[in-house]
Amino acid sequence: MFVENLTLAYSGDKPVVSGLTLEVPSGRLTAIVGPNGSGKSTLLRGMSRLMAPQGGRVLLDGKDIHQLPARELARQLGILPQGPVTPEGITAAELVSRGRHPYRGLFARLTSDDQSAIDEALAAVELEELKDRPVDQLSGGQRQRVWIAMVLAQGTPHLLLDEPTTYLDLAHAVDVMNVVHAAAHTSGRTVVVVLHDLTLAAQYADHLVVMGNGEIAAEGHPVDVLSAELLHEVFGLRATVVEVGGAPVVVPDRRLAV
Amino acid sequence: MNPRTLVLSAACALLAIALALVSLSVGTTKLPVADVVQALLGGGDGGTRLIVLELRLPRVATGLLVGIAFAVSGALLQTLSRNALASPDIVGVNSGASAAAVTVIVLAGTGGGNISGVAARVGIPLAAIIGGLAATAIVGVLSIQRGVIDAGRIVLIGVGVAAAANSIVAWLLVIGDVTDAGRAAAWLAGSLNARTWSDAIPVGLAVLLLLPVAVAFNRDLDALVLGDDVASSLGVRVSRVRIALLVIATVLAAMATSGAGPIAFVALVAPQIAQRLAKTERPPLLSTALLGALFVTAADLVARNGLEVLQVGPYELPVGVVTAAAGAPYLLHLIGRQQKGR
Repeated sequence: MFVENLTLAYSGDKPVVSGLTLEVPSGRLTAIVGPNGSGKSTLLRGMSRLMAPQGGRVLLDGKDIHQLPARELARQLGILPQGPVTPEGITAAELVSRGRHPYRGLFARLTSDDQSAIDEALAAVELEELKDRPVDQLSGGQRQRVWIAMVLAQGTPHLLLDEPTTYLDLAHAVDVMNVVHAAAHTSGRTVVVVLHDLTLAAQYADHLVVMGNGEIAAEGHPVDVLSAELLHEVFGLRATVVEVGGAPVVVPDRRLAV
Repeated sequence: MNPRTLVLSAACALLAIALALVSLSVGTTKLPVADVVQALLGGGDGGTRLIVLELRLPRVATGLLVGIAFAVSGALLQTLSRNALASPDIVGVNSGASAAAVTVIVLAGTGGGNISGVAARVGIPLAAIIGGLAATAIVGVLSIQRGVIDAGRIVLIGVGVAAAANSIVAWLLVIGDVTDAGRAAAWLAGSLNARTWSDAIPVGLAVLLLLPVAVAFNRDLDALVLGDDVASSLGVRVSRVRIALLVIATVLAAMATSGAGPIAFVALVAPQIAQRLAKTERPPLLSTALLGALFVTAADLVARNGLEVLQVGPYELPVGVVTAAAGAPYLLHLIGRQQKGR
């Protein structure tokens, strides 16, 4: 996946992302981080077709995503946006089966291919036992894993996830990140995930992209990218970066009232 | 279709047919159901055939078709806007269609209460479609935020558009000839009284052509209930599908309105009841259609015979009065539920 000179703007406003170029490593987990309003979620929308660019293009195996038929693109690229709507009463298995939409005919029932993709996806997020439960009765972390299973069932070699750990406590966030990591390293997908939590991003990412003001401030392996200077420059945060088990950990400096 | 939905559809269809047969047999001349069936199958004596096929069947057929059209229209609008309150009778589609149809009734009226054949047969359905589409277009355009239709605004803006259209209707009734206005007022309550085949055929054609198209969009609707972004990432061309389904929903409601007047609450209630009975996450189209047919047929049976059974008098009520009486409490319940959900 290759992002070439991409400019993204909401109607009339000044660009949120301007002239951004990014090569996404194949079969790896790429995390995009950045302060609020830095354009990271907008970039992810522009990398799918949820937002049309003002300039530049996004290439998938050499082809512009805006030139591909919608159904064909949906077999190549899956995206889990922020705040998907969970319909009242839908079961986990039923929701996951919706991921097969790009493969299904008008009236055809689920094929055995569809069924095995659904089963595999539910197994990947470890929710096989809860598959007949209504999604709105599951915990926040389980619900998010059902949604991830939905995009996994879509069976796309490329996967974009917009802040899949938001609102989850650390244990559930780690569950979700393990699934995301496996999607890249076990299944060989190219995964891009927007994250809020720097330490979580650094723990899991093979490639870390730090955004600031609609541009890439730094990118590379988390160990090489995350530094006290960068955090100060991009986030306006005074922090110490320590390395634990080969991954950087961000420890903010306290400013206590005396 | 899951087994539950299948059973529900079959039950609604059987009940609707049973009530339709009852409806064909009762009236000034009571006929045994067996004779009615015989007449429908091409037998029976001349008198029975005249009563069943020419006097009563157009009314019953119009009721069944109008029920289907309103109910499917409601199911589509509620699914597209993800709001149980968004039905053509609430968001101004029926009102827009009514305003245009009343314009034809009043302005093309001869003062004798009867408008000429062409104006009635073509003018009213055509005006209803134009009026309905105009209302939908206004609601759609005003609901746009950041380049996409904001589902949350549809109901609020729709209620406003409905009020505007209704005020046009009120003005037309005031300026119109008193006989025309009287005819229009009876039509506005939603009535199946004295329907002929020329009322049934336009809505019949709409159902025949558009219901299969709507059903063909079932998979896309399954994706759309998950949100526009998810649907789009699953390969649904969201804007195109939404506009196509909005037009289908509008034409169905407009044709139903032109056939029997803006019968209240069918489009609002039938999809929600079908959804609850089928335990699905959106109104199932086919069950909703059949439940709508059942609802209107049952309501018309009550409208025709209710007062007589209660011994209040020999008068007939407009069917819209009965559906409103049954549907209004449900609307209050829905509003209460949505308030609590906030």
